[in-house]
Parts: sequence; C-alpha cells; structure tokens
Amino acid sequence: MPDTFLDSTELVINMGPQHPSTHGVLRVILKLDGEKVTGTECVIGYLHRGVEKIGENRTYQQFAPYVDRMDYCAAVSNGLGFCLAVEKLLNVEAPPRAQVVRVILTELNRIASHLIWLGTHCLDIGAITPLFYVMREREEILNIYEKYCGARLTTHAFRIGGLEYELYDGFEAEVKAACDFIAPKIDEYEQLLTGNRIWIGRLKGIGVLNAEDCKQYGVTGPMLRAAGVKWDLRKAQPYSGYEQYEFDIPIGENGDTYDRYLVRMEEMRQAIRIVRQAVERIPDGPIMGKVPKVIKPPVGEAYVSIEAPKGELGYFVVSDGTTQPYRVRVRPPSFVNLQSLDKMARGSLVADLVAIIGTIDIVLGEVDR
Amino acid sequence: MRKFLRTIFLIDLIEGLLVTFHYQRPKYMCTDQYPQERPKVAERYRGAPRLNNNPDNGETLCIACNLCALACPEKLIVVGSERNEKTRRKELTTFTYDLSRCMFCGLCEDACPVDALELTQDFELASYTREGAIWDRQMLEDGPKPTKYEF
Repeated sequence: MPDTFLDSTELVINMGPQHPSTHGVLRVILKLDGEKVTGTECVIGYLHRGVEKIGENRTYQQFAPYVDRMDYCAAVSNGLGFCLAVEKLLNVEAPPRAQVVRVILTELNRIASHLIWLGTHCLDIGAITPLFYVMREREEILNIYEKYCGARLTTHAFRIGGLEYELYDGFEAEVKAACDFIAPKIDEYEQLLTGNRIWIGRLKGIGVLNAEDCKQYGVTGPMLRAAGVKWDLRKAQPYSGYEQYEFDIPIGENGDTYDRYLVRMEEMRQAIRIVRQAVERIPDGPIMGKVPKVIKPPVGEAYVSIEAPKGELGYFVVSDGTTQPYRVRVRPPSFVNLQSLDKMARGSLVADLVAIIGTIDIVLGEVDR
Repeated sequence: MRKFLRTIFLIDLIEGLLVTFHYQRPKYMCTDQYPQERPKVAERYRGAPRLNNNPDNGETLCIACNLCALACPEKLIVVGSERNEKTRRKELTTFTYDLSRCMFCGLCEDACPVDALELTQDFELASYTREGAIWDRQMLEDGPKPTKYEF
C-alpha cells in the first residue's frame, strides 16, 4: 500500500509564543503530517532587549547587573563569566578567597538551575509533583544568596576583581546544611521518576542527538555529555581554581532525552560534591583584587568561556581603552543548543516535541538577549 | 521474572507514590502564609531605597556629591543641590529616584561615601500609578508605608 493512501494535507501551525511548554516566548512553526512533525522552524526575538548593545553604553561595572538578566535561572554563572572576561582584559586575578567563594556560589547556582529545569521539564511531560519539591529545595539556595548578596534571582554577586560582600556569619554552616538537605532529595526525585514507566516511555529514545551531530551544531553542556562526549570546561580549561576540586563528568550513552535527564541529575550530585570540598577550604585574605576604581582596560580583546549549567557560556569583550567596552559579545549556551531542535524533532510526535524543548533547557532571556 | 513481577504489581509507580504520600504530613508544609505572616528578609536585602538622616539632629547625611547618580547604570537618580554661600558647601535640595526603572543592583549604595543612600529591607513597592514609582526626597526619607492587614 503506498504511503499516500488516506493521506491528509500537511498542516502548518504555530506553537507559541504564548505556550506553557515552550519555556518562555519561543515560537515554533510546526509542519505536521497528522501527529507527526515533518519540520520545525524557530522564531526567536520576542524577549530581545539588546543586552549586547546596552553593554556598549555602560561602564564595565555598570554592565555587570545586566548579564544577570540573560540567563536568570543561573545569574551567578553569567556574572562570573563577564567578570572573568574583564579580569582577563585587565590582567588581574581574583584573590584565592574570592575564587573559592565564587566556586561555591556558581555550583549552588548550577544546582538551582538544574532543579528549575527538572521541575519545568517534569511539568511539560505531565509529572506535576516534582515541581513543588524542587521549589522547596531551591529556596534553600536562594536564601543563601539573599543573605550573602541581598538578592535572590538576579544576584549581582560578583564584581570585577573579586567580591563586593564579605561572607556573613554562619555562611559555611548554612551551605553545608543546604548540601545535606538537597543531597537526599535528589535521590527522592530519582525514586519518583527514574524507574517510572510513564517517564521512561515518554523519554527513552526521544530526541536522539549523537555525538557527531552535537559537534556539528556546537551543542555543549549536559546535552553533549549525554551523547557520550566527556567534555566539561571545568576540566578542559579550568578557571577560578576548578582544577583543585575532585569531581566526575557524568556522561550518557544514547544521547536521548532520558540520558540527558540522568546526566543532569548526576551533575547536581557532583556539584554538591564540589561545594562540600570548597566550603572546607575557604582561605583567609582579601576578597577584592587590585582593581582601580575606574576600570579602563588596555586596548585589546578577551574571550572567556565557562561551563554554565546549560553549556559553554562565552564572553567576548573588546576594549578600546575607554571606560566603556567597545563590544560585548555573548555566546549563550541555550541559543546554540536550540539550533539542534529541528534535527531532534523531525519525525517525532507533537507530544515528544514538548519533551524535546524541555530537555534542551532553554531560557529565552538568554536565547534572545 | 523479577522485572515481570515488578511490572505486574506496579512497583515502580508505588515507589514514587511513597514519596508523594510521605510529604502529605502537615509538618512538611513549607508555604509562607503571606500577608498573615511576613517573610524575614535578610539584612543585606536590596529593596526600597532610603535617604538616611543623621539620628542626632535629623539633618540629611547626603552631601550631594552626585556619585550615586554617576554609578547608576540606568541613570535614574537626579540629585539637586545648591551652594551655601556661608559655609561654601554644597547642600542637598532635591533627590529624585525613579524606582520604576531600578533593578536593585546596589551600585548606588556601594558608591555612596557617607552611607546616606541605602537599599533597605522594605520590599512592598507597588503603586497605583506610574508616577507613584518616582520617589522624591520626602518619600525616600520616610520610606514606603505599605498597608498592614489585620487578620
């Protein structure tokens, strides 16, 4: 029997921009053959705020709060990337105490970001319960941020050259308590989800992206590791003293949605491991490096990339010798990872597309900037 | 065989439900009943701005140096000052803070050399009009006065 038997016309519909499972204002134009997706096209830019252009009109210190607003689930990582880029331009390094505190806060941020990802991804698939649990655990981390730097989401925790705020009393104890609180909860999520037949049925074999495709699309982060590539910038080109900490890079085998879920769960455990090591070895000393009040880097350019929760987050800063950057270019992980959506979604069902969008872990504030 | 039995008796689903029912106990409730109980905000919280007065004589601490206005990324602070002919010093006349554009980054309070401008723990900043979000000197010195609800 030919394929065209009982064939219906192809249907082109919009998914989004106002759709609960597109994680923001992503519009996907779907070409459907019945339930089957035969093509997708992403339309982005609904949340475009021109952050890179704003950077050209602000001084280096003034631009730091704006980078928090790109990936607002991982604001601390964004701040770290920008501060490292400007520090490279200035040729200064944060003092050891500041570096250890930076590692603690970014790793806590990685846990918080992955928790949000887990909650929203589960919600897309239809498992509503974990969302409430992850919010409870995330609260512990946000409380630490609130006490340390005075804000919960868009933290502006780091400054160029080190830290603005000294640690508050009981910081170490609270971080340890948060680790002890969160670590068993991750096992609980696994108990809820990992063996669950519906979860496995919805995720296994969906949105497969093998290592070769990942490299072609420039996909980084947990998606690349789930395809079996052991690539983590914290190991490959350590920054902020990551070489001093012991941790493993979790990798998957098949590169499907289920593997990405497992990789991210394991990454949370590894992040807790790093935080536990780091909190034991906070050295005494200054928290701010020798940075002038008015930052005027020499003419030049610097590219620094860090391992943000979603992948490689790069900052390319060009200085023309004035107080304002000549150009700030951001390489956001979710923007690049989103480009693989079409490859993954072709041939799948509409319901699987929701799972695939969820597994990329996009934050539209970062995609559109 | 074991896997088959696990499938038949829905063990994987029951394991998950154990977690769910475990958290049904009232002692695991973690919702704040705002506004009945108000959250404890951290000491360093960056909320509503405030212009501090000297507690001894009630005069403003601000020396109208304009550093906060220069530090602000959104340029939302306008400091008005006039020179006192007797003391040859600048004195603060007006201070406008546009809260509708503020992102509470804390750069202005970092820049203040005399701790006059401070971001406080007040977090209820809603107003009925857009103009209500533009705070003048009086408002900055008094702080917001949110409605206290009695239950």
